[in-house]
Amino acid sequence: MSKKILIADDEPNIVTAIEYLLQRSGYEVLLASDGEAALQQVERHLPDLVLLDVMMSVKSGYEVCQRMRERPEWQRIKIIMLSAKGREVEVSKGMSLGADYYLTKPFSSKELVAKIDELLGTPATPGGA
Amino acid sequence: MNHRLKFSIWLALLYGGIVVFVAATAALMAAGLPEGEYRILLRIFAEREQMLLIFAVLLLAACAGALAWLFRNYVTSVRALAEQTRIVLGANPEHRVSARGGAELADLADAINRLADAHRQLHKEVEARIGASSARLAEERNRLAALMSELSEGVLLCNAEGRILLYNEKARALFGAAQPAPGERRDIVGRLVGLGRSVFTLIDRDQVAHALEKLQASLDQGVQFPATRFITNAVTGALVKVQMAPFLSSGGGIAGMVLTLEDVTEMMDQEAQRRSLLRAFAAGVRAPMASLRAAAENLVAFPEMNEARRVQFTSIVAAESRQVSAMINDALAEYADALKAGLALEDMRAADLLSVARRRIEAMLGLPCAQEQAPEDIWIKVDSFALVEALTYLAGRMHEDYGVRSIGLRAAANGRFAELDIVWSGAIVGSDALALWETEPMQVGAQQTPLTLKDVLERHGAEVWVQSHKTSHTAWFRLLLPLGAPAAVPQRRSISADSRPEYYDFDLFGHADAAPGLAERKLAELHYTVFDTETTGLEPSAGDEIISLGAVRIVNARLLKNEVFEQLVDPQRPVGKESTRIHGIEAQALRGEPTIAEVLPQFQHFCEDTVLVAHNAAFDMRFLELKEAATGIRFSQPVLDTLLLSVIVHPNQEGHSLEAVAGRLGVSVIGRHTALGDALVTGEIFLRLLPLLAQQGILTLGQALEASRATYHARLQY
Repeated sequence: MSKKILIADDEPNIVTAIEYLLQRSGYEVLLASDGEAALQQVERHLPDLVLLDVMMSVKSGYEVCQRMRERPEWQRIKIIMLSAKGREVEVSKGMSLGADYYLTKPFSSKELVAKIDELLGTPATPGGA
Repeated sequence: MNHRLKFSIWLALLYGGIVVFVAATAALMAAGLPEGEYRILLRIFAEREQMLLIFAVLLLAACAGALAWLFRNYVTSVRALAEQTRIVLGANPEHRVSARGGAELADLADAINRLADAHRQLHKEVEARIGASSARLAEERNRLAALMSELSEGVLLCNAEGRILLYNEKARALFGAAQPAPGERRDIVGRLVGLGRSVFTLIDRDQVAHALEKLQASLDQGVQFPATRFITNAVTGALVKVQMAPFLSSGGGIAGMVLTLEDVTEMMDQEAQRRSLLRAFAAGVRAPMASLRAAAENLVAFPEMNEARRVQFTSIVAAESRQVSAMINDALAEYADALKAGLALEDMRAADLLSVARRRIEAMLGLPCAQEQAPEDIWIKVDSFALVEALTYLAGRMHEDYGVRSIGLRAAANGRFAELDIVWSGAIVGSDALALWETEPMQVGAQQTPLTLKDVLERHGAEVWVQSHKTSHTAWFRLLLPLGAPAAVPQRRSISADSRPEYYDFDLFGHADAAPGLAERKLAELHYTVFDTETTGLEPSAGDEIISLGAVRIVNARLLKNEVFEQLVDPQRPVGKESTRIHGIEAQALRGEPTIAEVLPQFQHFCEDTVLVAHNAAFDMRFLELKEAATGIRFSQPVLDTLLLSVIVHPNQEGHSLEAVAGRLGVSVIGRHTALGDALVTGEIFLRLLPLLAQQGILTLGQALEASRATYHARLQY
């Protein structure tokens, strides 16, 4: 069974692009467009990995990340934070709050997929790009 | 007039008077007597000749005795009284007069003594008043000096001619390398900030003149507190922002100026970086964006295009977007420093900041606050006031909204950041609460600031979040902020450790530069550089070289112990055993030091506009003169020799070595046989020689030079 990835980001364009990319890489993709929705999706579907944008409405990515880490049953869920804010202090905050990786926008598709594969322990599945 | 002589004259006059009187009486009696009676009278006298003679002698003796008594009681003792009164007046105000002799004199003596008492009393009161006011003055000056030394800006105070009347350590550091890096040579420039020195060696004369003109114009227009600003290049290469304000003489003219100095090099660098970042973005992003947009719009506008075209356009989109990404990442990485917050931030020890915060929290909130020992070496870049307010605000919210009864503060380093934590136990604070607090204006007690926590964090380039530890039931706010650099601790010179450095001299105020020729100037008014050298040996003409040069300045008859010059010199030849025994300097200690050709220009700068003073100056000057051909540096200023001056003052004394003179004049000898140590002793000696020279009528430089020339020792040649 393919692994589930939740994309939580409020910019539809990048969501569309990453969704397509991940589906072609063989993952099942879930979507959320704000922090609260992201937590509900996690509750409902228990994904294997969450791509979490820092700047979201209702709840920020930091907050979602912290909430997730408070729940013991969600500890195994991997979290990659995505952000247009790339200062070292923000990266440090994300990692301190429990993220597994922090990617600064813009990033390359190849790098994103490679990191996801690494975190989930799945070999890169070649899909038709 | 001699006392005995006076007595004899008076006695002679008295005797003469008696003889004249007796003779006149006899002549009057004899005149007009008939012949017979005259004979009888003569016979009567002749018969009683013996008795008359005895009476005459007795009368004369009685007169002499009476005169002697009068002299003793009313002349000699009046003189003695006068002498004693002069002692009271001149030498010893505690002395009281006493009179031998008549009761009238005893009365007079008593009256004089009362006068002396009253005089003494008055004198004491005046002295006490003078003492009190000079103590107050000294205290005020010290307070001013202390205040100045604590300022974070450099301050220079100059008179209208640009001579420095006052400066602080910061100003000196600005114009010179504060602390030489290991292996780096000490920089001379900082030593050019000194009392009585010209500010124009530090700041371009034209810039100051221009600023003065602007100030004068503002004053003419009736501006009450004019000030002007400019940026100047210090000799050290630092960019210095100068704020200049005039101070006025009683006549309303500009009597001098106050310059506040700030090093803006870093600020300007960052400003320049920011500008080039913007430029890079403007130029770099436009071009690839244009291609991207054209290709994308083609794809949208012409869906029917053939497959080859579509591939071409999509690959353009991919390539150009990769290029834009790379450009943004590169630019941001390169200019990361420019994007860092913190122009007005200063470096501070995290432990110190937490101490301030702890006191503030306890005082404002009455909340017990424990501070964990923070590592000493964590330095942070902060606006300490704002950050302390932020910490107090957070503690206050915990106290008020969650009823937290006590908190803890701690700090730790984490990579390039410092973590400051406010720790408490029990209450659970959600990150949504913190998010809300971040955007509200901070209120501590009754005080509210327009700033929000978010503002403070942004200014510091910091982030905050809340973390908790389940098992220990503790939670904390963690502030992550960039590490700073340890602030330079001002270097203290050991030589003046016992006294407050002389950073000010208001007596320079009255100093007009338009002075008469140097030779007519008073010795006490001149500026001096007292120097000494240590050498490889005693024969400069046989190739001996200077290995150390020390000097100290005298301004307005004060030895400025913190305006010194001290430099070891590589003699580029072996150091004699004999001389090493004297000064203790080994040849290998001198390797890597500058050569005399490098040191002399710096030393010449140091003694600009001063008279040179040295003990046995001929010896030291010989070394300097021999270098003239090689370095082109000439010390043409007048030179005074304390050895010769000592000979002038005490011609009958045998020894005139530095130790002998110092001993005679009560100068304690410390640090002998280091160039600077000897220069300091020589300076003290020189200052004590000045009043002794004045007693001999030697008041001007010209007179001192003339007297020196005339002295036998001057003919000694080295």
